[in-house]
Amino acid sequence: MAASAPLLDILDLAVHFRVYGGVLKVLDGVNFRVNTGEKVGLVGETGCGKTTTMKAILRILPVPPAVIPHGEIRFKGEDILKMKPDRLRKVRGRGISMIFQDPTAALNPVFTVGQQMEPVIQHTSPEGRRLSRRQVHDRAITPLQEVGLPDAERLLRSYPIQLSGGMRQRVCIGMALSTNPELLIADEPGTSLDVTIQDQVLRLLHDLVQKKQTSVILITHTLGVVREMTDRVYVMYAGNMVELAATHKLFSNPLHPYSQGLMKAVPRLTGGGVAEGIPGRIPTYQSPPTGCRFHPRCPHVMEICRELKPPFFKVDADHEVACFLYEGHGSARTAEAGAQ
Amino acid sequence: MNNGILRVEGLKKHFLIGHRGVVKREPVTVKAVDGVFFSVQKGETFGLVGESGSGKSTIAYIAVGMYQPSEGTIYFRDRDLFADGLKRSRELRKELQIVFQDPGSSLNPRRTVRQILELPLSIHRPEEDPLQEAMRLLEMVELPIEYLHKYPQMLSGGEKQMVAVARALATNPSLIILDEPTSALDVSVQGKIINLLIRLQRELNLTYLFITHDLSLMRNVATRVAIMYLGKVCEVAEASEFFQNPQHPYTQMLLSSIPVVSDEEDAIKSKKIVSTGEIPSPVNVPSGCSFHTRCPHVMDVCRRIDPVMVETSRGHIARCHLFEQPPERK
Repeated sequence: MAASAPLLDILDLAVHFRVYGGVLKVLDGVNFRVNTGEKVGLVGETGCGKTTTMKAILRILPVPPAVIPHGEIRFKGEDILKMKPDRLRKVRGRGISMIFQDPTAALNPVFTVGQQMEPVIQHTSPEGRRLSRRQVHDRAITPLQEVGLPDAERLLRSYPIQLSGGMRQRVCIGMALSTNPELLIADEPGTSLDVTIQDQVLRLLHDLVQKKQTSVILITHTLGVVREMTDRVYVMYAGNMVELAATHKLFSNPLHPYSQGLMKAVPRLTGGGVAEGIPGRIPTYQSPPTGCRFHPRCPHVMEICRELKPPFFKVDADHEVACFLYEGHGSARTAEAGAQ
Repeated sequence: MNNGILRVEGLKKHFLIGHRGVVKREPVTVKAVDGVFFSVQKGETFGLVGESGSGKSTIAYIAVGMYQPSEGTIYFRDRDLFADGLKRSRELRKELQIVFQDPGSSLNPRRTVRQILELPLSIHRPEEDPLQEAMRLLEMVELPIEYLHKYPQMLSGGEKQMVAVARALATNPSLIILDEPTSALDVSVQGKIINLLIRLQRELNLTYLFITHDLSLMRNVATRVAIMYLGKVCEVAEASEFFQNPQHPYTQMLLSSIPVVSDEEDAIKSKKIVSTGEIPSPVNVPSGCSFHTRCPHVMDVCRRIDPVMVETSRGHIARCHLFEQPPERK
């Protein structure tokens, strides 16, 4: 793990949505950090706030209904939330770019791939408007070749519907990396694809960011993908970070009861049946549980969990967990979530 | 391959999607299912695995009588399900039920759980007291009785799927087709549904045709597994044998592509074949063996001739020229 200065540092971020009938307190004091050159995973189930966090970083949350009552998102020391529009435009694309889950929705169906890629190139290259149309066109070819798409020339003239799902996602990856961003946010980049195609796309993404030294945030609900792609993982539950660890440590020894439940629920290729999963359901954001938001479903719930929100306890150099079970000392309860 | 409770024989389903050419108009078809054979034994969980567009759901829809097969047929207890076209006796419909992938759209949002459960009861078991039965069904799927008066949108995704399971059970079926029953749900909920299904199977002596794209899940529920690729079955085997000793190159590719969460699983993942190439469009299926465009072992014969099913070991069947006994002579 690179111990350099943080590239992105989210401090105590809260995001609420004002809707008819009340306020949804979705993010509730989230801390998140990405160091330069690091690949960080963000795991959690549907509706836990993964995508909301990422959209807050790029400031693409719809405001209203979203409001950000407090928090900072520092990108290279500068708070994104306080940036002026023209400064923000420079950060988007050149500083941070994003790959979305569904490439079909991410690409505009009425423009060709070229028509969508060329403005990106023109906007983000240092020469900007001084580039001729020919030069822009030529520069659009390289990223497509980098993502392993044959016949880039023809592809630039194609419309998204003429491409397969895997090709569309490759185009999106190519587009996102064409600006040589310092940070890439990949939101479930393989989820909408078939397994064999997902495998190809993820391997490609892995190799490219390795080559370009791009820092990555990988958002997913598939634990296996995190294990193969990242150095460090954050586990999120109901708008809170609950655990953060070096990837191999999370998988060999998950500490938070939620992480343990999640890990056990994954069906294994080695067989042995499927665990029951976690009882109960995700809380509503309208009136989230007091204290630890996981306490109504937690098998180890204590009195204090109902009253206080647990802070992060450092169990190990690169393993922290927001759970009162680990209060005060580093000796962790061993989780038997390894093989079975 | 005989005396299974459900026998799929030479099943084909081609959908007409348009015409090609001006002078000589040729029909353009999607070969969703293109010559499938397998049989499901009584009491087992038969897993049908494949990627999107492989035709696995089409087989499910044909089996419950939503589509008429283009060729071939399905036998249920040695009775041809399509002897009279799509018309089917009530008694036969009662025996075969289905649970769909997305419970959000398979349950009518304007009906309460009670109405949802009482409808099949009133048709297939009019002699019973519908309310008593609906209550018993909810109990069977471990949902509280108060849920009878709820509408689907008041339930979580997992609970909706339980209602869908209860509805399938309402007719006292002997075979249930589970079409990706948990892929719309989060992992933490999946386990509960799967274990419920396993318990119900044991208690009610059910047979399952379990359709999924998730091989890790299949490992844990299926007794036998069949892999489909572009409308055809590539490999059929007992689950344990299937995962330990995959034969077909496509199966090996699939197994090497799954993201896993432990070193133990990494060890059994086949690393021989790395995924390459795109899945061809089912409108334009490659000649010969449909997998030849992505197969690392491709031979000349694969491009010309479609391989036949070969038994490589007892009960283990693969459709690949690599296993055909002299490969040239076919």
